[in-house]
Amino acid sequence: MNAPLAPAEDLLKVRDLRKRFAVRGGIFSRTVDQVHAVDGVSFEIGKGETLGLVGESGCGKSTTGRCILRLIEPSSGEVWFQGNNVTRMGGDELQKLRRDMQIIFQDPYASLNPRLKVGAIIGEALTIHKLAPTQKAMEDRVVQLLETVGLQPDHMHRFPHEFSGGQRQRIGIARALAVEPKLIVCDEPVSALDVSIQAQVINLLEDLQEEFGLTYLFIAHDLSVVEHISTRVAVMYLGRVVEIAPSRELYDNPLHPYTEALLSAVPIPDPTVKRKRIMLQGDVPNPIRPPSGCHFHTRCPIARPDCAQRVPELRESKPGHWVSCHYSG
Amino acid sequence: MADTLLDIRGLKTWFKVEDGMVRAVDGVDLHIDRGETVGVVGESGCGKTVTARSVLKLIDMPPGRFEAGQILWQGRDLIPLDQGEMNKIRAREIAIIFQEPMTSLNPVYTVGDQIAEVIALHQKLSPKQAMAGAAEMLRLVNIPNPQKRVHDYPHQFSGGMRQRVMIAMALSCQPKLLIADEPTTALDVTIQAQILELMHEMKDKFGMAIMLITHAMGVVAETCQRVTVMYAGKVVEEAPVEALFADPRHPYTQGLIRSIPRIDRAVSRQARLESIQGTVPSLLNPPAGCRFAARCKYAMDICTQGIPPLKEVAPGHRVACVL
Ligand SMILES: Nc1ncnc2c1ncn2[C@@H]1O[C@H](COP(=O)(O)OP(=O)(O)OP(=O)(O)O)[C@@H](O)[C@H]1O
Ligand SMILES: Nc1ncnc2c1ncn2[C@@H]1O[C@H](COP(=O)(O)OP(=O)(O)O)[C@@H](O)[C@H]1O
Ligand code: SF4
Ligand code: SF4
Ligand SMILES: [Mg+2]
Ligand SMILES: [Mg+2]
Repeated sequence: MNAPLAPAEDLLKVRDLRKRFAVRGGIFSRTVDQVHAVDGVSFEIGKGETLGLVGESGCGKSTTGRCILRLIEPSSGEVWFQGNNVTRMGGDELQKLRRDMQIIFQDPYASLNPRLKVGAIIGEALTIHKLAPTQKAMEDRVVQLLETVGLQPDHMHRFPHEFSGGQRQRIGIARALAVEPKLIVCDEPVSALDVSIQAQVINLLEDLQEEFGLTYLFIAHDLSVVEHISTRVAVMYLGRVVEIAPSRELYDNPLHPYTEALLSAVPIPDPTVKRKRIMLQGDVPNPIRPPSGCHFHTRCPIARPDCAQRVPELRESKPGHWVSCHYSG
Repeated sequence: MADTLLDIRGLKTWFKVEDGMVRAVDGVDLHIDRGETVGVVGESGCGKTVTARSVLKLIDMPPGRFEAGQILWQGRDLIPLDQGEMNKIRAREIAIIFQEPMTSLNPVYTVGDQIAEVIALHQKLSPKQAMAGAAEMLRLVNIPNPQKRVHDYPHQFSGGMRQRVMIAMALSCQPKLLIADEPTTALDVTIQAQILELMHEMKDKFGMAIMLITHAMGVVAETCQRVTVMYAGKVVEEAPVEALFADPRHPYTQGLIRSIPRIDRAVSRQARLESIQGTVPSLLNPPAGCRFAARCKYAMDICTQGIPPLKEVAPGHRVACVL
C-alpha cells in the first residue's frame, strides 16, 4: 500500500504499525483475548508539520504515539525517523532517539514527579543526555527554558503542586524542550485544561514550533482544537486510520462517513448556526472483537452487505486526500 | 414572574477549611422558569457544582454552610427545610445527574432495581409493575433490549449508556426541574450528541425545565435558551443565548467565546487564538472588587474598589462590570 503523501521532506514514517495487548476475557474467564489497539496504521509527518490524530476514546491514538517513541513495543510494523528504522534500534541508538523525540502528556498532574522541584524536573533530561557540563550551565538553561514557556525563573525552586493546570502543562513542555527535540508527540496536551488556559497553551505550542522548527504529532479528541493547530489530520477508528487529508480539506470535504459523523457532532458555539447532525447509533464496538470487514460497518449509515466482508484499503481519492471506504470518495 | 420555578437569591455557600473560608458560591442570583433550559457556564472551580448541589442541599455541612441567601422553589425557601422534606423534593420535583454516572449508580444493584426504586417512591406499584416501568424508561432512553438489560449491573454498561441510565432514573420521578452537572463532559462527541439529543426529546415529552451546567460554550449555544456565566463564585453575566453570543458584554464572557477554536470558520487556523491571560483567583480570600480584574485588559482603579453589581443592559441581559 502506498502511504499518504506529505508535502515536505518526511521526518517520520509509520508503516503498517500494529499493537496487540493481551487481556483477560471476562471476570471468571481464563481465556486470554487480544485487543487490537493499533491495527495497521501508516502515515508520515513532514518536517515542521503538525499531523493531528483524532478519534473516539480507545481507538488507539495514545498507543500509536507511544509505539512511535518505543515507550511500548509495537507488535509489528515499522517506524522510520530521519531515515533510520526506530523499530530495530537498541540501547545507545534508542537513547539518542529519546533526545530527538519527546512526548507531552494529557494529565499535567500525573506526569510530573511530585517530589522533585521544577528545576530538577526540567534539569533531569539535561543530566541524562549530558547537556549541561556544570551546575551553572544547568541553571542557566533551566531559567532560559522557563522563560521560553512563559514561566518565571524563581519557579524552579517550587514543587509541581504549587502550580495551576496550565502552568504544569508549561512545565511539561519545558521538560520536553530541554533536549532540543525535533519531534514532539503531544498526547491530549490541552484536554484537561479550561478553555481560556487551553488557548494560552495552544498559542505557546504554535510559537515554539515556529521558533524551533518543531514537528508535532498532535493527539486530541477535540476536533476544533485539532483543526486549528494541524497542517494535516488523520482520523482513527478502532485501531485503523480511516481518512487523512490537509486540515481544511478534511473539514470542508470529509469523505469517510465516520469523519462526516464526527464533524457533525461537534457543537458550534453560535446559536444562530443550525446544522444537520448525522447521529451515529450505538457505541464504539468492543476492540477485542471488532466488526469484520470495515470496522465501521455496524454504525455506518451507508453500509452495504459486502462492507462486512471486505476490508477497505486506504487509497488516495484526491491529491493528498486519503480515505478507506468502498463507497465514498 | 408567575412562571418562575426556581429563584436563587444572593446565595452564599462557603466552606470552612484549615486556612480560612472558601467562598465557593458568593452571592449568586439565578432563576429558572417552568420548561426553560438554562445554561450555567464557567471555568472549573468557579462554583457551578456547589450551586447545583446547594439547590438539592447535597452539600456536606460542615465543612460547608449557607452563609446567606434564599433558594426559592415555587416560592418556598428550601434552606430551612429538614431532611424529610428535602427528600420529598428530591424524589418528586428536582432530579440531578452528575458528570461521572458511576458515582451515583450503586454498583451492587441492577439498574432495573435502582430505577424501579425511584418509580416506587411516587407511584403505588407492585415490584413487577415497577420493574416493567424501569424497562420502559430504559426503552425511552434508547437502550437496546431493555427487558433484558434491566437485570444488568452498572459496570456492564458503557459510559454513554450509564449516562442514559442516569437520565432514565432522573426522569422516573417526572421532575419539574432536571439539574444536569456536566452530563457529557466525560463522553466522546458522537455520544455527547446522542445524550444532548436525548435530553432534548425528554424535555419535549415531559416538559421539565433543565439547568445545564457545562464549561463547553458549543453545548450551551446548541441547547440552552438562557445562560448564566459564573466567575470565581459570582454571576458575571446573564442573557438570552442569542444575545450572549452576539453581544457578550462582560470581558470574561468575551474571552471565553473568543478563545475557542471554531471548525465552522475557514479562517481559524491562520488567526492566533485570543486567550485570557493569568488564572482563576483563589476563592480562599478572593480579591476585593471585581474578581476578574487581575486578568481583565480593561481593568481600571475603580474595578478593585467595589464589587460591580449585576446591571440590566438590555431586556433579560444583565452584566456585572463597570464598563
Ligand atoms: N496496557 C494495555 N493493556 C491492555 N489494553 C490496552 C492497554 N493500553 C491500551 N489498551 C487498549 O487499547 C485500545 C487503544 O487505547 P489507547 O489508549 O491507544 O486509546 P486512545 O485512542 O488514546 O483513547 P483516549 O482518547 O481515551 O486516550 C483501547 O481499547 C485500550 O483499552
Ligand atoms: N467540600 C469542599 N471543601 C472546600 N472547598 C470546596 C468543597 N467543595 C468545593 N469546594 C471549592 O469550591 C469552589 C467551587 O467548586 P465547584 O462548584 O465544584 O466548581 P465547578 O464550577 O468546577 O463545578 C472550588 O474552589 C472548590 O475547590
Ligand atoms: S466501507 Fe462500507 S461500512 Fe465502511 S465506511 Fe465505507 S460504506 Fe461504510
Ligand atoms: S469591572 Fe473592571 S476589571 Fe471587572 S470586568 Fe469590568 S472592566 Fe474588567
Ligand atoms: Mg489516549
Ligand atoms: Mg463541577
